[in-house]
Amino acid sequence: MQLQYFLLLAAALFCIGIYGLVTSRNAIRVLMSIELLLNSVNLNLMAFSNSLDPSAVKGQVFTVFVIAIAAAEAAVGLAIVLSIYRNRDTVDMEQFNLLKW
Amino acid sequence: MNLADGVQLVSLIVLAAMMLAAALGVVLLDNIVYSAFLLGLVFISISGLYILLNAGFVAAAQILIYVGAVNVLILFGIMLVNKRQDFAPVQKAWLGKAATGAVCAGLFGLLATMIVATPWGLSDAPIAGDEALVTIGLHFFSDFLLPFELASVLLLMALIGAIVIARREFLPEEATTEDGPITALTLPERPRELTGAISRE
Repeated sequence: MQLQYFLLLAAALFCIGIYGLVTSRNAIRVLMSIELLLNSVNLNLMAFSNSLDPSAVKGQVFTVFVIAIAAAEAAVGLAIVLSIYRNRDTVDMEQFNLLKW
Repeated sequence: MNLADGVQLVSLIVLAAMMLAAALGVVLLDNIVYSAFLLGLVFISISGLYILLNAGFVAAAQILIYVGAVNVLILFGIMLVNKRQDFAPVQKAWLGKAATGAVCAGLFGLLATMIVATPWGLSDAPIAGDEALVTIGLHFFSDFLLPFELASVLLLMALIGAIVIARREFLPEEATTEDGPITALTLPERPRELTGAISRE
């Protein structure tokens, strides 16, 4: 398979994730956008692993690590969102200004 | 182009279209529940792309961990904070969205130019295929042993940390008798003051 197709796909997914990360008002949608970003990075790693290093699959090893870290990140992120929701009674990102100034 | 190549190309096109449409739905749809289910569709499409990249093990891990754990976790999070409220409109919100869209489109253009223009040094080594599972295990226990063990410690920390952060800080009223407060079966701490109590109407 062509390497460039997968890299272009991963770049498109990354840009969609960045857009969602910046523009979302709902805190849970921000977490979903972060998952999209991590998945696009995984896709990049897998494409490089298949095309540039197909016999010693180090890219797949890194992908497994990233998947493990992403699962931990999702758990902690949701816990933080739950905690903030209990304290502020909203999930609107515009009102999370506790650390702003 | 023989039959196998054609099937691979068609699968790639279908999976790519599915993934991009679902990702746009995740970001753009108003209903957050639809977004969560579309996120599962994104994960499944990416797993199909991994199979196209000769990585069956990681595809299975992707389905198990992302669709089975992360997506379900996000759905539970949505159910726990499901509050039907309309966010207060922000002035000039369209300006931020337009600027972000322009920056993202520019970033994609930059990345696409780089990807197309770079001469990638493609390797001719034999593809591992299903032997990749054995190779990944060898990597884990030889040259990637330290990150592997650190990942296990990090998972434990995330597990305990998530419980500590999300624990409900509610204790029942302190029961007292003539002999003084009952200390059995009570936690030694009291609920702390809510930090956002001032701004809460």
